[in-house]
Amino acid sequence: MVVSRPRVDRSREQLYAHAMEPRLEDEEYVASMDDVRLVAALREGDERAFMDLVERYGPSMLRVAMLFVRTRAVAEEVVQDTWVGVLNGIGRFEGRSSFKTWLFRILTNTAKTRGERESRTTPVSFLSDADLEPGAPSVDPDRFLPEGERWAGWWASPPMRFDEQPESRLLSSETLAVVRAAVEQLPEAQKAVIAMRDIAGFSSEEVCASLGISEGNQRVLLHRARTKVRVELERHLGGEVTA
Amino acid sequence: MRLHRELTCAELVELVTEYLEGALATGDAERFEEHLTLCPACLAHFDQVRATVEATGRLREEDLAPEFADELLAAFRGWRQAHA
Repeated sequence: MVVSRPRVDRSREQLYAHAMEPRLEDEEYVASMDDVRLVAALREGDERAFMDLVERYGPSMLRVAMLFVRTRAVAEEVVQDTWVGVLNGIGRFEGRSSFKTWLFRILTNTAKTRGERESRTTPVSFLSDADLEPGAPSVDPDRFLPEGERWAGWWASPPMRFDEQPESRLLSSETLAVVRAAVEQLPEAQKAVIAMRDIAGFSSEEVCASLGISEGNQRVLLHRARTKVRVELERHLGGEVTA
Repeated sequence: MRLHRELTCAELVELVTEYLEGALATGDAERFEEHLTLCPACLAHFDQVRATVEATGRLREEDLAPEFADELLAAFRGWRQAHA
C-alpha cells in the first residue's frame, strides 16, 4: 500500500471545509528548528535548554517507557538513563534524523533493554497479538441496515452531529475530562499512539520511527484508539451509542 | 485495499483513519470522498471523528513530577561538571 501524507488539493479542501487538515507542516518545521537551537545550546551546557527539552518531551518519554517496563519508578529511571545517554552522545549527533526521532530511538532501546532484564524474556514487544488481530467494528453493526435489505450496510439512523452542539459544550472542561478518561482507559499501545499523535503532535513517521512499528500497525492502533474515544464522546454528548 | 464498487456506510467507517492518514490508494480515496458528498450520515460520522481528534488535541500531557524534574536537572549538572 502506498503511504503518503494526506494530499492537499486546494479544490477539495474548499469542498471539504469540514475535513481534517493535515497537521501543519510549518508548525513541525518551526518545532524542529527550535530543537536545532536547543540542541546547539545543550552542547554548550545550557541548563535552560536542557529543561526546555525535558519539559517538551519528558511526558511522552514516560508514556513510551511505560510500554516496556512495569512500574512508573522504573520508567522514570529509563527516562533518566536516556537523557544521560543523550548528553553523552550529543557530540556525535549529526542531525541526520530529527532530534526527536533520535531521542525516542535511544529511549525505546533503553526501555527495551531494561524491560528484558526485568522480565527475563526476550524480546520484549509492547504490541500484543490482541493489538493487531481483527478488532471489533468501529460502529455497532446494528446501526446499519441488515443483509438482505435493499440498502444493506447503509445507516439505519444517522449518527448525531457533533457540529450541532454548542461549541462551548464540545470544548467544556467536563467534555475534556470525558476525553481524558477515555484515553487513559485505552490499552497501552493504543494509548501511546493516540497520545503521541493527537496530544503531543508527533507525525505518523515520527511515531513509527520512535516505536519501531510499521505505518500499517500505527494506523490500526490509532484507528482503534480514536474509535473508543469517539464512542465515549458520543455517549457523553447524548447521542445514540454506536459501538 | 482496492474496492471495485461503491462503498457502503459500514465499509466507510472502517476506512476513516486510512483516509485521514493519506494511506488509501487514489481510487479508494476518490470513492471515499464521493460517498461523503452523497451521504449526510457518513459526513456526520466523519465530523465526529474530526471533532474527537480536535478534542483530544486540547488535552495537555501532565507535567513531570517536580521531584523527577529535579532529578533530571541534577543528572544534567553532573554531566556538565564532568565535561567542563
